[in-house]
Amino acid sequence: MWRVTILVLAAIYFLGPIASSIRFSLVQSNGKDGFGNYTQVLHDATLAHALATSLELAGLTTAILLVLMLPTVVWVRLRLPRVALLVETVSVLPIVIPPIVMGAGLASLQLHAGSQIDSLLFSSPLTALTPFYVILALPFAYRSLDVGVRAIDLRTLVDAARSLGAGWVTMITRVILPNVRTAVLTAASLAIALVLAEVVISELLLYDTFPVELANQGQENAGVAVALSVLSLVITWLLLFAITFVGNRGSRGRVGRLL
Amino acid sequence: MSAVAVHLAHLTRRFGELTALDQLDLDVHPGELVALLGPSGCGKTTALRLLAGFDRPDGGRVLVGGVDVTNMPASRRDMGMVFQAYSLFPNMDAHKNVQFGLRMRKMGAAERKTRAEEVLALVGLADHAGHYPHQLSGGQQQRVALARALAIEPSVLLLDEPLSALDARVRNQLRAEIRRVQQELGTTTLFVTHDQAEALSIADRVGVMSNGRLEQLDTPEEVYNRPATPFVAEFVGTMNRVAGRVLSGGRLEVLGSSLNSIGRDGHDAGSLVEVLVRPEAIEVTVASPGHAVVNDRTFLGSLTRMRVTLDDGAVLLVDAASSRNLPDPGARVDVRVIGEDALIGDDAGAGRPIEELELELDPEPVGPDPSEPPSDRLRDGLL
Repeated sequence: MWRVTILVLAAIYFLGPIASSIRFSLVQSNGKDGFGNYTQVLHDATLAHALATSLELAGLTTAILLVLMLPTVVWVRLRLPRVALLVETVSVLPIVIPPIVMGAGLASLQLHAGSQIDSLLFSSPLTALTPFYVILALPFAYRSLDVGVRAIDLRTLVDAARSLGAGWVTMITRVILPNVRTAVLTAASLAIALVLAEVVISELLLYDTFPVELANQGQENAGVAVALSVLSLVITWLLLFAITFVGNRGSRGRVGRLL
Repeated sequence: MSAVAVHLAHLTRRFGELTALDQLDLDVHPGELVALLGPSGCGKTTALRLLAGFDRPDGGRVLVGGVDVTNMPASRRDMGMVFQAYSLFPNMDAHKNVQFGLRMRKMGAAERKTRAEEVLALVGLADHAGHYPHQLSGGQQQRVALARALAIEPSVLLLDEPLSALDARVRNQLRAEIRRVQQELGTTTLFVTHDQAEALSIADRVGVMSNGRLEQLDTPEEVYNRPATPFVAEFVGTMNRVAGRVLSGGRLEVLGSSLNSIGRDGHDAGSLVEVLVRPEAIEVTVASPGHAVVNDRTFLGSLTRMRVTLDDGAVLLVDAASSRNLPDPGARVDVRVIGEDALIGDDAGAGRPIEELELELDPEPVGPDPSEPPSDRLRDGLL
């Protein structure tokens, strides 16, 4: 009985706001019900451009993060177990240091840097923001990859692969990566979620990313803003669903090929 | 391909303060199976890892077929290795696992497939080629691991406690299988184990290690019957420490019998020593008044082990054929040594009371149970 009560209360608590949001987003600016807010979102060129920028940022950040962190985690576990704690501590720093500090530092660099650095780094949001998103996502990536690598018998697998003639690159791509797939997907989804939600630095540096645009739209048209939130909620759900699906199939040992 | 010799020369490996290997010299003849036996921490696994190339020595050299491979990376040493457990790649089926080494050698797909099928058949798993590691039992996993190691036609086969995680029946079966395959292929093999029964039954020669040094390297019979050092004597099989006296001419007097002393000279005639005597080399006969009493009796199948207390307080273990008419607990008996050779114990153990040693008939498997599928649940749960 208690269980049902708590379940119902929790459902109301979580689903209530979502249902209200959906209801609200279906009210058009002329007061009638319809999908006007959604079609407006889909036809908004600035928004589409901002979304494309953010997705590019997310892809690039994830790629750099994984190429950087997976070998690092493997190396630390295998060769430098004593610095594991240090690496772990360092990787938490981006959480401890507020993004605004990094943003301010970056803004100051942007202001005082010579034109060469300026054009090299700040001419595109990709080159300007990716390095900082990599840093911001570091704690999540390190943690999930570390958990994944801990769950396999890393040393034995590495030794086995090496004695069979595999070099380090082959070993990471063919043996380790397929077996920490779930961890890699978790790290990737966390990084993507982070990039799709980060406003402080991009706003400060005046780059027009999706979350920045989301905030701007919200100040102009409440209906469109809520429609956008609902859309991003749906996208996140789909993403998580896809990752769970791929992860589950993987753990049954069937699809190392998917990656 | 013809078998190669392995030569470890003055191999030294230190981990901080600890000297894991202390100038180890070891020769393995072409086509031979040598078992390295010793307690944990004796350096046997370190020696194996240095030979495999997973680690570099602080001193000394590793020669395979006369070639110095000391600084060659593991991936180029051409050695097949079987690990304790969990070494199969979980994302590949048995067939793909076996093909891995061949793929690394850029062998063509068709040839690779044929070769993989051959070795899987050799280990009796031809019909399990499509199974993933988690669908195989512990014993089957180790067979696939063996097939994978043999597929590359390694110059040397390295076995790192491959049976220790299996249950007793599978262990004995696979032990025989490994020996059969090894003899069939004639591959030079180094087998590391802490289980003396395993080492004695599978090896051409057994190397007993202690504190990073090789105490003795000899045939199983010699190691058991003529141990070179007290350590070997007590590590391999069970030993009694019995008070004895040195006679002239290399003889010892123990419990009234005169025995031939092997090794360890330098004791003056007449000096009192502790002599190491195997339980099966002692005989008890019911006697009145007798000079000992039977404490208890343990039935071990073909043998029965008795604990006997001498009137001077010393406790001995005595093994006798169960088929014989044996004295009951509480009976007064006479005790005599029926063996011919005996070894003088080291001074460190002098006066130490006898320990109830393990019976070693059916030791419990050590380590994780590979029949459980590896930690899918753990992985999913944590993420």
